[in-house]
Parts: sequence; C-alpha cells; structure tokens
Amino acid sequence: MTKIFKRTYSYAFLIPAAIVYLLIFIFPTVMSFFFSLTRWDLTTWQFIGLDNFKMFFKEASLLIGFKNTFIYAFVTCVLKVVIGLLLGVLLTSKIRAKGYLRSVIFFPTLLSTIAVGLTFSMLMHPSQGMINAALNVIGITGPDWLGDTRIALLSVAFVDVWKGVGFAMVIYIAGILSIPQDYYEALQIDGGGSFRKFWNIIVPLSRPATNSVIILSFIGGLRSFDLVWAMTKGGPGFTTDLIASIIYKQYQGGYYGLATAGNVILFLFVTALALPLYSYLNRKEVDL
Amino acid sequence: MKKNGTKWVALLSTSVLLAGVAAGCSSAPKEESAPSGQAAQSDTKKSDEKVTITLLVDNTQDSVNMAKGIVEAFEKKNPNIHVETETRPGGGEGDNIVKTRLATGDMTDVFFYNSGSLMQALNPEKNILDVSNEPFMANVLDSFKKAVTYNGKAYAGPVGSTMAGGWFYNKKVYKDLGLSVPKSWDELMANSEKIKAAGITPIIGTFKDDWTTQLVLLADYYNVQAANPKFADDYTANKAKFATDPTALRGFEKLEEIAKKGYMNKDMNATTYDAGLKMLAEGKGAQYPMLSFAVPALEQNFPDKMGDIGFFAQPGDKADTNGLTVWTPSGAYIYKETKHVEEAKKFVSFIASIEGTQAQASASKPTGPYAIKDAKLPDNVAQVVKDMTPYFDSNKTAPALEFLSPIKGSSLPQITTEVGAGIKTGKQGAEAYDQDVEKQAKQLGLQGW
Repeated sequence: MTKIFKRTYSYAFLIPAAIVYLLIFIFPTVMSFFFSLTRWDLTTWQFIGLDNFKMFFKEASLLIGFKNTFIYAFVTCVLKVVIGLLLGVLLTSKIRAKGYLRSVIFFPTLLSTIAVGLTFSMLMHPSQGMINAALNVIGITGPDWLGDTRIALLSVAFVDVWKGVGFAMVIYIAGILSIPQDYYEALQIDGGGSFRKFWNIIVPLSRPATNSVIILSFIGGLRSFDLVWAMTKGGPGFTTDLIASIIYKQYQGGYYGLATAGNVILFLFVTALALPLYSYLNRKEVDL
Repeated sequence: MKKNGTKWVALLSTSVLLAGVAAGCSSAPKEESAPSGQAAQSDTKKSDEKVTITLLVDNTQDSVNMAKGIVEAFEKKNPNIHVETETRPGGGEGDNIVKTRLATGDMTDVFFYNSGSLMQALNPEKNILDVSNEPFMANVLDSFKKAVTYNGKAYAGPVGSTMAGGWFYNKKVYKDLGLSVPKSWDELMANSEKIKAAGITPIIGTFKDDWTTQLVLLADYYNVQAANPKFADDYTANKAKFATDPTALRGFEKLEEIAKKGYMNKDMNATTYDAGLKMLAEGKGAQYPMLSFAVPALEQNFPDKMGDIGFFAQPGDKADTNGLTVWTPSGAYIYKETKHVEEAKKFVSFIASIEGTQAQASASKPTGPYAIKDAKLPDNVAQVVKDMTPYFDSNKTAPALEFLSPIKGSSLPQITTEVGAGIKTGKQGAEAYDQDVEKQAKQLGLQGW
C-alpha cells in the first residue's frame, strides 16, 4: 500500500496543472477538430464531413494567404535575427548611453500592437503621412506604403520588426553576456581583430540565443494577425491577407465551421513547419 | 499492469475534480437566478414599479443620436419603462458581435440591426421574437415587411428611414463646368472626363473603408432588375450568376472602367469614408458613389455646404431606364429570450409609429422616406433627399439585391476593392464573387447549391 502511495502521490501535484491544461488547451483542441467537420452556429451543429476543408481549399484568396504568411514569417524572422544580433553586439560593447539606447529600442515591445498598427497606418498615409512628408523634404516622392499592392505586406512586416526587434535584442544581449571572457582573451593573444571576434566568437557562441529568436519570431510570424488587421485588414483586396486573417473573415461572415476548419489547417501548417525547424536548430546547438 | 493502475488513479481523480468544477459552475447561477426571478414576478404585479429594458445599437454618431431621441420620447410617454442603450461597432465586426451574443444567450431585450440578407443570417426562428401579428405591423409598408420576413413570419419594426444607393455630386463643381445630371452611364463618364480635365478628382474613392467600394455594384441593381426582373429569384436558386448574366456583370465592369480611366483620387487606398465626405463637401472631389445614409454625417460636419451637395441614381446604359436602388431601413428586433416581452413590444411599436418617426426625425435627419404608412418627412429635409423624391414619386425604384435574396457574400468589399483598384478585371471579380456567395448559400442550407 505504501509502495503504491509513494509511487502515485507525486502525480497528485500534477493535477491542478493537468486540469488547467486539459480544460483550456486539450479540450478546445479536440472540440475544434470535431467542429471543423460540422456546419455550426455556436449552439447547433450538423455533421457535414470534410466539406469545410474542401471549401476552405477552394477559397480563391487562400494561395495568397499561404504565400503571404510564409513571406511574412520569413522576412520578419530574418530581419529580427540580423538586426537583433547587430544591436545586441552594439549594446554590449563599450559605448556611452548604452542603458538609454537599450530602453529606447526595447520600448516598442511594450506597446499594444493595435496602437502601433493604427499609428503607423497614419504615418504611412501617402499624401498626409509623416513618413512621406519627410521623404518629400529630401526630394523623394514616397510610395503608398499600405495601398500599393507590391509593398503593402513588406510595410507591415517592417512595422512588425520595429516592434519586435527589441525583444530579440534582449535575448541576444543575454546570450552575448553569457559568453565566457576566456574566449576573448584567447583571441587577444592570437591577435584577432574585432571582425574575427564577431564572426568566430559571438556568432557561433550566441547560437542558443539565435535559435530562440528564430523559433519565437518564425512561429509568431506564421500566426500573425493583429498587426495586419490593424493596418490593412488584409487589403487592398486580398493582397496582404494571411491565413489567420482569412480565417477571421470567415468567422465574421458567420461560417463558424469553416473558420474552425481553417484553424485546424493553420495548426497543422505551423506544426509541420515549426517542429522540424526546432529539432534541426537544437541538433546544431553547441555547448559553451 | 501496475503502470496502468497509476494512470487510472490519475484519470479518476482528474475526472472527479473536473466534475466538481463543472458542478460548481452550473449550480452557482441557478442559486442566483432564483431570487431575481421572484423579483421579476413582483415587478409585474406592481405595475407602477420601474422596469429596465436594454437596447443595442451600432456606435456611429448618428445611430447613437437617433437611439437617444427615440428613448427620450418613449420614456416621456412610458415613465415606468427605462431603456438602457448599449453600443457595438458597425460593419463586419458588429455583425460578429450580434451573432455571438445571440448564440451565447447574452443579447439585449431589443436590438437594431440590418434587414434583408444580414437578418436572414441571424437564424431568426430561433433567436428573434415573431411580431407578424402585432397591431403595429399594420402600419408598416409591405416593402419593409418583405425585408424582415423569414419563412412567412415577420421579425421587426422599421427603425430609421429608407436609404438610396447612388451618386452624391458637388453641385458647385457641376455648375462651374456647365455639366448636367447624367442619365446614362456614357454621360456620367463624359462628365467625369471634363471634371478630370479641370483638375478636380472626378470620382472619390475611399478604399481604406472597404465597404464603400461596393456601392457602384450594389447601386446598379435597379438596372439589373429592369433588364431581368427574375434575377433575384434565379440568383437565390443558383440559376443566375453575376459572371454570366450580362446586366449583372455590368456592375463589376463599370467599376473596372472607372479604375482603368483613373478617375479616382491617387491616394484612394489610404482614404477613409470620413475623408471622402470632406472631399465632396469641399469640392475637391466631384462625385461620390455612396449610400444616402451619409446625409446626417454631412449635415453635422458641413452644415454650410449642404446646399452644394446633390444626389442622382446610378445611371444605366440607356437613358430611358434611369431609376434608383433603395435600401430598406434597419429593423428593431426583440430577442426571443427576453424577460420583458411586453415592455419590449411596447418599445418597438412606439418606434414603428408616426410619433416614433417624428422622434427619429428630430434626432437625426432622415435619409429618405420612412417605412411607415402616412409618416411625413419634415420640411427642412436635406437637398439630397429632395433630389431622391422624384424617383419615389414616379415609382422608379427597386430594392437592393440584399433585400430580395438572402445571399450576400462576405468577401464582396475585398472583391470590389480589387476591381476598383485595377487588380482584377470586372469579369474576374464577378467570378470570384460567385464563388464567394456559395459559402453563405451552403451555410443557410438553401436549395440548389
């Protein structure tokens, strides 16, 4: 009896967490797999098999959505890694006003995404926005940042980077500061310059930080919705639609079953991209 | 085997706890609701005690003003009933809120919402109180009744006035350039060419609020119906399509033509509806395809410019079939699960009375005739509405398609944006829209889809 008790009693500590996890993650997930197979109006449902999935894949804007989601995730991810690393290096070096600059760059992370989106959509107004007004002063006619179908998505991605790079920078600062001083001393004895310090010490040894930034910003980019919605609502037309905004539009239209099917697809899509990426990055990590 | 045993223990204890949580959740409201139910009963016994009912309206300045006007007049007449107004956003987000609140049983006693296809999507039989046999329905115009009828039962009284979809124009610009109101599409294009030559934006595009891009297509329905009176029924039954019916396709083609000729302002993709009204009032833009529901907003923001603003119906291809596409007023609906049925009915029947329309008119300028028999428009009605009356008087009006058919695809604003911005041709837009409506037809379970 005591043996069983000893073996099982530790599981009791799991129960509160298990309940929360079950109630707010597992249960809704399973439910959504079920409701994606129904025509559903939140209270009553009718089983219709895979029709929702067929309909979702027939969606004319879906191809744009997948393409945009991938471009968006890729662009924001790369820029956050590159800019975040450079800022991290800069702000761990011996420059003045380090603390001030760190907080200035970190500040946008604290703002509400919707507020950032609305502010930038005003700044990016083609004829009355401040960005184009500033460009005018130096004699450049700025484009319609959010209205031009060729650059609208990149404009939004740029704002996303502006807002998120502070977070990447903080991770990099932590990563760079945890590199032992010995490596720098060894480099000094061997007579390497600051480029070699960056390329041969900081880049490889802040790999764990890079991996965190890549994973976080890539998954964040794939699921991204709020910033695009605040800035363009997926427009003009469907040109900046992401999968998440297509799903939201279907939910708005009252097609709950269809929107749920879309969420299931997004879930599988993110998992299919993020899991292999995660295990690949983990394998390449080096120990300090 | 032993491993399984621990699993079972964990599972059992989890489920017991879960059941406890669930039981706790369900029992709490019951205990609370019992005393309030008693309170409600004692309310009805003492008729002099005050009853509060709730009302949900959208949050545009004008809707809020109108609701306030109605509530004030109603409370004066019924001192025992207090109406508390809540607001919600407009557009797709608002539709969402209404649908969700209905589905979760959290709706206000009375709510204002669109009639026509949007109402059909609310599952009226389940959510809305049937008012077909209420006495006030006798005074409601048939055209409105049709727009709130589902399976032979009517679900609302009208709130607000009729609107029309057509073209606002700046009379001063027209006069300066010696132009006259166009009766055919070619004349409209010729006018636009002259306006462009004069350095003024011929047609105002406000694509930042993408619902505004639908107007050229929607306002063309009079012409569709004139050419093919059966279109709405065929369309509902999946027998007619926008892409294959030549007159229906014209709506998309007209938008394409405007895009190709570059008649809209260059920054249209960043221009909002409010900015568009400003351009119109100040004469920076000459013509604006829009719903006449813009009248109160214009009146409020540009009271001194109202004399300069006129209105005409979207012209068809031939001058002799010129007529106006009309939007039926919104409905005042009663939530089926309301605890205050009598008070809610009283409120809606007040809204749908001549007295009610007077209260509405004094709070918000009408955008067209009311849907109540013998309700008169006030004398100080805007010039735009005066421009509309000849069409009504000579019976040259047709309801918009969304009041004749329950189908309206939810992606139409994006599709018309693409056509209006020159991303898609009219034909491609029509095909995309035909595909888009299929979702709703299936959701509604219509026959033939």
